[in-house]
Amino acid sequence: MLEALQELWLTHQSTVAFIGLNGLLALSVYTTLSCGQLSLAQAAFMAIGAYASAILTFHARVPFALELVVAAVLPALVAVPLGLPVLRLKGVFLTIATIGFGEVVRIFFVNLDFTNGALGLTAVPQRTSVWMIYAALAGALYVLWRIRGSRAGYAIEAIREDDPAARTMGIHTAHYKLAMLALGASFAGVAGALEAHYTFMVAPSTYSFSRVVDMLVYAVVGGTGVFYGPVVGATFLTALPEVIREVSQLFRIQPGPVRLFVNGAVLLLVILYLPEGLASLPGRVRAWRRARREPRAA
Amino acid sequence: MLLSLEKVRKTFGGLTAVDGASFVVGTGEVHGLIGPNGAGKTTLLNLVSGLIRPTSGAIVLDGERIDGLPSHEVAARGLTRTFQNIRLFPALTAADNVLVGAHLKRRAPLWRRMAFLPSAAAEARAAHEASVALLERVGMGERAAERASNLSYGEQRRVEIARALASEPRVMLLDEPTAGMNPGEVASIAELIRGVARAGHSVLLVEHNVKLVMDVCDRITVLDFGRVIADGTPAEVARDPAVIAAYLGGEAAA
Repeated sequence: MLEALQELWLTHQSTVAFIGLNGLLALSVYTTLSCGQLSLAQAAFMAIGAYASAILTFHARVPFALELVVAAVLPALVAVPLGLPVLRLKGVFLTIATIGFGEVVRIFFVNLDFTNGALGLTAVPQRTSVWMIYAALAGALYVLWRIRGSRAGYAIEAIREDDPAARTMGIHTAHYKLAMLALGASFAGVAGALEAHYTFMVAPSTYSFSRVVDMLVYAVVGGTGVFYGPVVGATFLTALPEVIREVSQLFRIQPGPVRLFVNGAVLLLVILYLPEGLASLPGRVRAWRRARREPRAA
Repeated sequence: MLLSLEKVRKTFGGLTAVDGASFVVGTGEVHGLIGPNGAGKTTLLNLVSGLIRPTSGAIVLDGERIDGLPSHEVAARGLTRTFQNIRLFPALTAADNVLVGAHLKRRAPLWRRMAFLPSAAAEARAAHEASVALLERVGMGERAAERASNLSYGEQRRVEIARALASEPRVMLLDEPTAGMNPGEVASIAELIRGVARAGHSVLLVEHNVKLVMDVCDRITVLDFGRVIADGTPAEVARDPAVIAAYLGGEAAA
């Protein structure tokens, strides 16, 4: 019995790890999005965290915890000078500017010698345990949970709803937007460092535009109305391919094409029928049950 | 003299929206700002509240120039406003809208909440109760938990006034607070404005309902094509031939 459990854990350990990492990355997109700003620079922040921590591992003997602190602080420090000019942009212009920044950062790392160019850093010692990933995820969720309902949390909601009106309430909207961009950058940086020390490498191709799109899809599918929505989305979409693989083995069919099809279908269904994301499903079901009961009561 | 405008001018390209307007609003005074459509009333409120900068001229609040300051700085100096096309935060409840309005007044450092200190929870509870009390003052106590987007037009206007009052401003700008309201609702808004002034806040009121303006205002400034054409007590303004010609009714002057 114990052996069977152990085997199950060994087969799925990396899925569990990636659920946590992707959850943290989805939260990083969500954090900036919570003031109505879509930043797609998150892969760049992730890269900064990953490179910084891996380089520290190679060249300095410092505790891993300290590396994680650096991986959290450094991207936030980069986010501030980026955000000062960029957050003045609105809507799609902001998004495009952050995509541009993301590419610049990736190309920067590809062209440096001490980051080993396009090959990236390999043979990074494994220092990440799965519990560390979940501790970081829990920390991020705790911070977002405490912000919600605070004075700052209300200011952030007001900014998302109507920025100029929020300003006439005395809310320094630029400060809050910058703070949330920096916080999101920290989450991404920590995720980058944890991933690098889990997968043994830092490869620049990991931090491409498609990675940010993944993060955004997790957040949207999970729902951005509540702070835990992105984690729900990341869990679901990271576990789904594994589930499909297991199920298609039962039916003795090739999992490859089924996986792509089901993934696409799920995305489409969620966006069409659950525009507020998977996290809104329980509320929807409750409302639907109430609506079914009421005509009978009347 | 609490708020004064000195030769304030605003041009948009070739169009002069406000053309050298000067007037003063005293402490605890309800000051009406009237004029035909397009006279520049809303532009003037946007200038005073810092949403746009004047091309020239000075706006002085309690001895300090506020023209050119961003609107959150203007708000921090004690000036808030409502909007002609109501701008509540639609996804928030009425009480939470007022809570956002109290942003400047609240002392609630985030670290206390992060550390789960009981003082943070107590402050949040007190702030919520103050918001509900303010909603009761504008007759919206029962609707405190309703989402702003579910409120009727008149209710939204009241919540917006409560939100503007939440920071205890020295001056409150009201942009057509009775637009689209029935006579009963207008009367209660008039009473509300008088109460606000009695509590020591100055009010700058833009309004098309002439009866309301004449009833509640201590002084009235009349704008036409961005210029001040009259300034005085309601009785003086109502007698002014230029005002009658431009706004109150052309036939009476002819």
